[in-house]
Amino acid sequence: MPVDLLLIGVKAAIFLGIWLTLVPAMVLVERRLSAFMQDRLGPNRVGPFGIVQPIADALKFFFKEDVIPHHVDKALYLLAPAAILIPSLVTFSVIPLTEPFGFSLFGQDIHFKFQIADVSIGILFVFAVASLGVYGIVLGGWASNNKYSLLGGLRSSAQMISYEIAMGLAALSVLMMAGSLSIFDIIQMQIFNGETGKLFGVLPVSGWLIFHQPLAALIFIIAVFAETNRLPFDLPEAEQELVGGYHTEYGSMKFAAFFMAEYCNMVTGSALIIALFLGGWSTLFFDPWVAGLPVFFKIFVQFSVFMTKLIVVLFFFVVVRWTLPRFRYDQLMNLGWKVFFELALLNVVITAVVIGFMSVS
Amino acid sequence: MDNTVFTLLPLMILVGFSLLVLVADMMLAREQRPALGIVALIGVIVSLISCSWLWNAPQTAWSDMIVSDHFALFSYIIFLVSTGLTLLLSMRYLSEEDIQFGEYYALLLLAATGAMLMASGLDLMTIFIGLEILSISVYILAGFARRNERSLESALKYFLLGAFATGFFLYGIAMVYGATGTTNIKVISQVVSEGTIRSQSFLWIGIALLVAGFGFKVALFPFHVWTPDVYEGAPTSVTAFMSTAVKAAGFAAFGRVFLSALQPMHADWTGILWILAVFTMFFGNITAIAQRSVKRMLAYSSIAHAGYMLIAIIAGDANLSSGSLLFYLLGYAFTNVAAFGIVIYLSRKGETEFDGKDYAGLAIRHPWLAFVMAVCMVSLAGIPPTAGFMGKFYIFSAAIKAKFYWLAVLGVINSVISVYYYLRVIFVMYFEKPAADYVHGTLSLGMKIVLILSVIGIFQLGTVPGSVMALLQNSMMVFQ
Amino acid sequence: MEYALFFAFSLVAIVSGIMVITQKNAVYSGLYLLLTFFCLAALYILLHAEFVAVVQIAVYAGAIMVLFLFVIMLLNLRFESDSFAPPLPRMIGIGVGLLFAVQFVWIGLGGMGAAAERNIPEGTTAALGMELFTKYIVPFEAAGVLLLVAMLGAVYLAKRKHN
Repeated sequence: MPVDLLLIGVKAAIFLGIWLTLVPAMVLVERRLSAFMQDRLGPNRVGPFGIVQPIADALKFFFKEDVIPHHVDKALYLLAPAAILIPSLVTFSVIPLTEPFGFSLFGQDIHFKFQIADVSIGILFVFAVASLGVYGIVLGGWASNNKYSLLGGLRSSAQMISYEIAMGLAALSVLMMAGSLSIFDIIQMQIFNGETGKLFGVLPVSGWLIFHQPLAALIFIIAVFAETNRLPFDLPEAEQELVGGYHTEYGSMKFAAFFMAEYCNMVTGSALIIALFLGGWSTLFFDPWVAGLPVFFKIFVQFSVFMTKLIVVLFFFVVVRWTLPRFRYDQLMNLGWKVFFELALLNVVITAVVIGFMSVS
Repeated sequence: MDNTVFTLLPLMILVGFSLLVLVADMMLAREQRPALGIVALIGVIVSLISCSWLWNAPQTAWSDMIVSDHFALFSYIIFLVSTGLTLLLSMRYLSEEDIQFGEYYALLLLAATGAMLMASGLDLMTIFIGLEILSISVYILAGFARRNERSLESALKYFLLGAFATGFFLYGIAMVYGATGTTNIKVISQVVSEGTIRSQSFLWIGIALLVAGFGFKVALFPFHVWTPDVYEGAPTSVTAFMSTAVKAAGFAAFGRVFLSALQPMHADWTGILWILAVFTMFFGNITAIAQRSVKRMLAYSSIAHAGYMLIAIIAGDANLSSGSLLFYLLGYAFTNVAAFGIVIYLSRKGETEFDGKDYAGLAIRHPWLAFVMAVCMVSLAGIPPTAGFMGKFYIFSAAIKAKFYWLAVLGVINSVISVYYYLRVIFVMYFEKPAADYVHGTLSLGMKIVLILSVIGIFQLGTVPGSVMALLQNSMMVFQ
Repeated sequence: MEYALFFAFSLVAIVSGIMVITQKNAVYSGLYLLLTFFCLAALYILLHAEFVAVVQIAVYAGAIMVLFLFVIMLLNLRFESDSFAPPLPRMIGIGVGLLFAVQFVWIGLGGMGAAAERNIPEGTTAALGMELFTKYIVPFEAAGVLLLVAMLGAVYLAKRKHN
C-alpha cells in the first residue's frame, strides 16, 4: 500500500512536471515564434534568447495586487479560475505515455503504468471531464458582471458544445476500429508490427489512425482547436470585439490561471490527438526494433517519442494561430453544425460499413 | 404468423408515415399542405389494416417488451379511429386558424405511436417511453397555435404539470422495481401473486405514485386541475384528440398495469381508486353544470367520464373490466370527436370563448348538425340507443358482478346529474331563437365524413354492441 | 468504506438538491443542480456502473446544464422575486408536502434494506451495449422516436417565422 501511494505520488509529480515545463515553454515559444513570423524580435532581454522570460512573467503575476472588483459575484468569481484549470489537468492524467512495465523496488514487484489513473472507460472519461472545461469560462464570464465577459462566456459555451459533438463523433470512428474504450488499447492497435496496415497493399504505412481515418483526424484536430478557444476559433476572447472576453475582469494570478488554462488545454488536446491518431509512442517503421530493446531503454524511447510528438503538435498549434485569421461567429457555428457534424456522422457510417464488410469477408 | 418482428408493424407504419409527412412538408407550397393530412390519413388506414392482420395471432415479442393481445390491438383501433377522425377535422381548421404546418400531422401520428406503445407495452419501461412520446407530442400540439396566448398558456400548464406527473410515474416504476426486482408486467404479476415481494411498503409507495401519474394523464379528481384550461386553450382539434386518444392511452396503460401486473393485489388498491372514482364523477358532473362555454363543459364532462372509466378498472376482473373499458373508450372516441367537430364549426376564427349563443336555434339553421350534436349529447349522457348507454351498461354491470354495488349506484346517480347539462345543449339548439347576426359557413368534406362516421359508430355500438363485445372476449388472454 | 461514501454522496446530493430549490439566484440553483449530478455520478460509480456515471457527467453536466446556464444568463434571471405564491397557500402547500414526505419516510422505513439486488451485469460498456441492443431494443428505439418528437417540437416552437 505505501509503495502504491508513493508510486502515485511519483507519477503525479512527473505529470505535473511535464505540464509545468511545457506550459511556460509554450508561452515563450508562442511569443518568440510569432515575433519571428511577423519579423519582430519578441522577448529577448531576460536571459539568453529570453529564456528566463516565463519566470519573470510568473513573478510579475505573483506580486501584482490581487484586485477583486466590487461588482462581481465573489464566490463564483473566485471559483472560475480553478474550475477552468482542473478539467484539463484531470484529462491529462488518464493518457498513457508509455507501455506499462515491471521492475522491483524495495523487494516488491511493481507493475508500472505510465499514467496516473487507468480508468476502465478510458476515452469516455476524457470526454466527460473535458466537457466540464466550459464551466470555468461561463462562470468567469457571468460572475464578472460585465457585458463583454458575459458575451465571451456565452459564445464559448455555445462553441464548445457545438464542437464537442463533432469531436465525439470523430473519436467514435476510432473507437469502432479499436473495439475498445481504453486509450492504451487504441495506441497499441497503432503500433506497427511489420505486417498490418499497408496502405493500398503496397505502401508500408503503420497503423497510425491518421492514415486510416484522415477525415476523423481532420475533424478531431479542428475541434480541438475550437475546444481550446485558439485562433481561428478564439471568439470567446476576441480582443477587438470583446476586450478580452471572459477574463476581462481578472488580474494577477487569477488571470494567470485563465492564461495557463489555455496552454494546459493545448497540451492535453495535443496528447489526445497523438494518442488517437498519431500512434502515441509508435515510431512507424522502427516499432519492431523498439519492442526488442531492453525494458528501460524501450520505455525511455517511447517516452521521448511521445514527448517529441507533443512538442511538434504544439508547434503546429502556434503556427496556425499566427497564420489564420479569426472566423466570424455565424461562420463558426455553421461550420460546426452544418459541415463537421455531418461529415463526422458520415465518417461513422462509412467506418461501420467497412468494419461490417471486413468482419463478414 | 410466427415472425414476432411484425408485432410492431402498426407502430412502424405510423412512424414511417410521420417521417414521410415531414419530408413532403418541405416540398409542398403552403396551399398544398392540407394534402399532408391525406398522407397522414393513409398512414392511419394502413396501420388499421395491419392491426386486423395481427388480430388472429396474439403473442408477446421483443424479449417480452411488447404484447399484441386483443387488448392492445383493440386499443390501437381506438387510437387510430380517434387520430383519423381528428385528422379529418383538422385539415380545414388549421387553415382557418392559420396554423397549417406539416409538423401538426407528423406530431399527431407520433402521438398515436406513443399511445400504441403504452397499450402494448409489457414492460413498465416501454409503457413509460410510450407515455413520454405521447405526452411530449401533445404538449407541443396544445401550444400549436403559437401566436395565440391561450394556446401557449395551455401548453405551458400542461407541460409543467405533466412533467411533475411524469416524475411521479417514473418514481413509482422505480419503487415497483425495488419491490419486485423487475419491470416486466408478467413477472411483476407472478412475483406479487407468489408473495415473493422484497418489500411490501415499497410496492405500496410505488402503487400510490403510479396512481398519481396515471391519474394526471387521464384527469382523475385531485390531479385534474390542468384539464379545463388546457382543453379550452388548445386548438379545438387537439382537444378532440386529447379527450379521446390521450385519455384512451392513459386508461389502456392504467388497465394493463393494474389489471394484470397488480391484479393479485386487487383488494389493496380498490379502496383508494374507489374514492378517486366517486370524487372524480361528482366533481366533473357538478362543475360541468356551472359552465357557460360548451368547450369548457366538455372538458369537465371528460373528467366525469374518466370517473366512469375508472369504475371498470376497480371492478378488477381482467376480462370483464378490460372489455367494458375498451368498449366505453371506443364509444367515447366517436362521440367526443364529433362533438368537438361541431364546436370547431361553430367557433369563429381565432376565438376560443364559446357560449350558448352560438348554439341557439341551431336546429333551424342546420337541422342535421343539430341532430348530430343531439346524438352526441344523448350518448354522453348515457341514454339508449347510443354507444354511451351501452358503455355505461357494461361498466356498471362489471362493477355489480364484482360486488361494487354502491359504486354502480353512485355511477348511475352521476349519469342522471349529467343528463341536465347535456340536455341543456339540446334544449338551446332546438328551442331558442337563433342570433340575428349569424353568418352561414359551409361544412368541409372532412367534417362531413367525421360526423357521418361518428353517428354510424354511435348507433352501431348502441344497438348491436354484441359484435364488438365478442371481439373483446378474453382480451388479455396472453396472461391467462 | 463503500457505505460511508454512499452516505456522504447521498447527503451532499440531497442537500444540494434542496439548495437548488431554495436559492434565489437562478445561476446558483443551476450550479447546485450540477453538484447533484456529480453526486449521482459518484453513486453510479459505487454501483460499478462506470459507463452510466460518465454518461451522466458528459450529458447532464457537460451539455444540458451548460445550456441551462446559457439560457439563464442570456435572460439575465439574476434575482427572481421572492415567491409567486401568497403566504397562506404556500404554507398549506408546504404542510401537505411535509405530510406526504413523513408518510413516505414512515412507509419507506419498513422496507429499508430490502430493495432488489442487482441483476444487471457489471457496468462494463460492452455488456450494457449488448443488453441495450438485444433485450431492451424496443425501449431503446422508442427513445429515438421520443427524441425525434422533442426535436420536432423544439424546432417548431422556436422557429422565428413560418412561410
